[in-house]
Amino acid sequence: MSTITTNDVRHLAQLSNLQLSDDEITNLQTDLANILDYINQLNELDTTGIEPTYQVTGLENVWRDDVVDTSTVARDELLALAPDQADNSIKVPRVLA
Amino acid sequence: MSIRDIVAQINAGQTTARALVEDALKKARDAEEYHALLSLTEERALARADEIDARIKAGEQVGVLAGVPFVVKDNFLAFGAPTTAASKILENFNAPVQATVVEKLEQAGAICIGKSNLDAFAHGGSTENSAFGVTHNAVDKTKVAGGSSGGSAVVTALDIVPFALGSDTGGSIRQPASFNGVFGMKPTYGMSSRYGVVAMASSTDVMGCFAKSADDIALIESVMAGQDPKDMTTLPDYFAPLAEAPADLKIGLVKEAMTDDVDPEVRRATEQYAEKLRAAGHTVDEVSLPSVKHSLAIYYIVVPAEVSSNLARYDGIRFGRRAEGVQTLGELYGRSRDEGFVTENKRRIMIGSYVLSSGFFDAYYQQAQKARTVLINEFNGLFDQYDLLLMPTAPTPAFGIGENTEDPVKMYLSDVMTVPMSLAGLPAISAPAGTSESGLPIGVQLVGPMKADALVIAPAGQMEEHNY
Repeated sequence: MSTITTNDVRHLAQLSNLQLSDDEITNLQTDLANILDYINQLNELDTTGIEPTYQVTGLENVWRDDVVDTSTVARDELLALAPDQADNSIKVPRVLA
Repeated sequence: MSIRDIVAQINAGQTTARALVEDALKKARDAEEYHALLSLTEERALARADEIDARIKAGEQVGVLAGVPFVVKDNFLAFGAPTTAASKILENFNAPVQATVVEKLEQAGAICIGKSNLDAFAHGGSTENSAFGVTHNAVDKTKVAGGSSGGSAVVTALDIVPFALGSDTGGSIRQPASFNGVFGMKPTYGMSSRYGVVAMASSTDVMGCFAKSADDIALIESVMAGQDPKDMTTLPDYFAPLAEAPADLKIGLVKEAMTDDVDPEVRRATEQYAEKLRAAGHTVDEVSLPSVKHSLAIYYIVVPAEVSSNLARYDGIRFGRRAEGVQTLGELYGRSRDEGFVTENKRRIMIGSYVLSSGFFDAYYQQAQKARTVLINEFNGLFDQYDLLLMPTAPTPAFGIGENTEDPVKMYLSDVMTVPMSLAGLPAISAPAGTSESGLPIGVQLVGPMKADALVIAPAGQMEEHNY
């Protein structure tokens, strides 16, 4: 059984920008331990000398010309999607408590 | 009726796009108890139908899908209704653009009539993780629809529309296709554009479709395929449907997918499918793909890692739902995301954060990507000797609603047959292969090497003539 403490869950929640309730932390502690138990089976596999595959079709960087493309979404349309805006900007609460 | 026949009738003036769209909307309303659709795009659909009818009347060639209604999974950006990804955080998100594949289908004359239910952000195998309620199986309402594209599978099976779109990251088209008795196609990675579809795992996400025949699948995929400057991973269009299946195909039946862990009725249906392929003149041999047993562990490392990155954008600031009554920016992020995601989203994001965090990266993420290479090498070795592979689509027929929701790992196991192809980027079709004794549909997958999309579809079509 993987050991994952309540503090580990809180740390992961912080890394993930999730403000979880205490109930959620308890439940996720069990779920995450079970999932880690399952994926830990890969530790048994010997992969010495094997290169990792991150991308399956072998593409590398694909470049486009460095020109502004105005054919898709206008600035106004994008700003209008924000939940709170003023003066052509997106409003957010203060950064420091 | 085939999609080609529907289009021929419209072009010949025997029916109209408006009549077809009205009929589809009516069927959608009559089937509300299945909860397969999250929204209807009625106003826009009827306006488009009238426009297409007028163009046909004026003698214009509208396109190969002129007037054909369809449904999109609600993680495709499409006009006419919000794009929610079945999540609270995008509940009222009205997309400013449409997905490239939706645009292409519309240019060919198809008409989107609604948006289907899914597991929130496509995380799940049963459509029970939707923030807006569960979808019921088309054959047995006490069973799950499968997932994550459960709604699209059900609207196809119920004949509400001739085809529907889905996304497949680890089986999200193929598994619900098998659970509802329809065809579902996961193309080669990069065959069609991902632009404008809510990203889940960028290295395995592909866009595909559900339909009632292999021929319809080929037609829809041919419209969706091709390079898109807005998705750098798309491949130049290579997709050319085959008029018929080549003779004497060499097919490998994957023995690791036929173990005692697999439902005996599913194994029997797969063996019968193999017999029918043999009767049609093909060779079917048992082959071994040992890494099948590791695939699910690889998948549940690589995909959560990508999920944690892709879902970082939902922060309650630029778009989507923002938590109310927050004092600081940190609280805004944390609460908007906690309220906006379902539990399964949080599990995957946190597993992703775990496997990518310093100290664990090599042991999990790197190790999984190396194991992925081993799996791909095994596939390549088999495709040196075989044209196609055959295996069941899912280890069981559709399970009961609520049966697997308490245990995430048990739920993940329903993906065990579909994730290997996703990790390797290979094309695979799920085709109907009869039913269990209790009448639940069973599906099998035909799998090909990269870019052999047309080759996996053709024998699935040939088998349709064999009483399925």
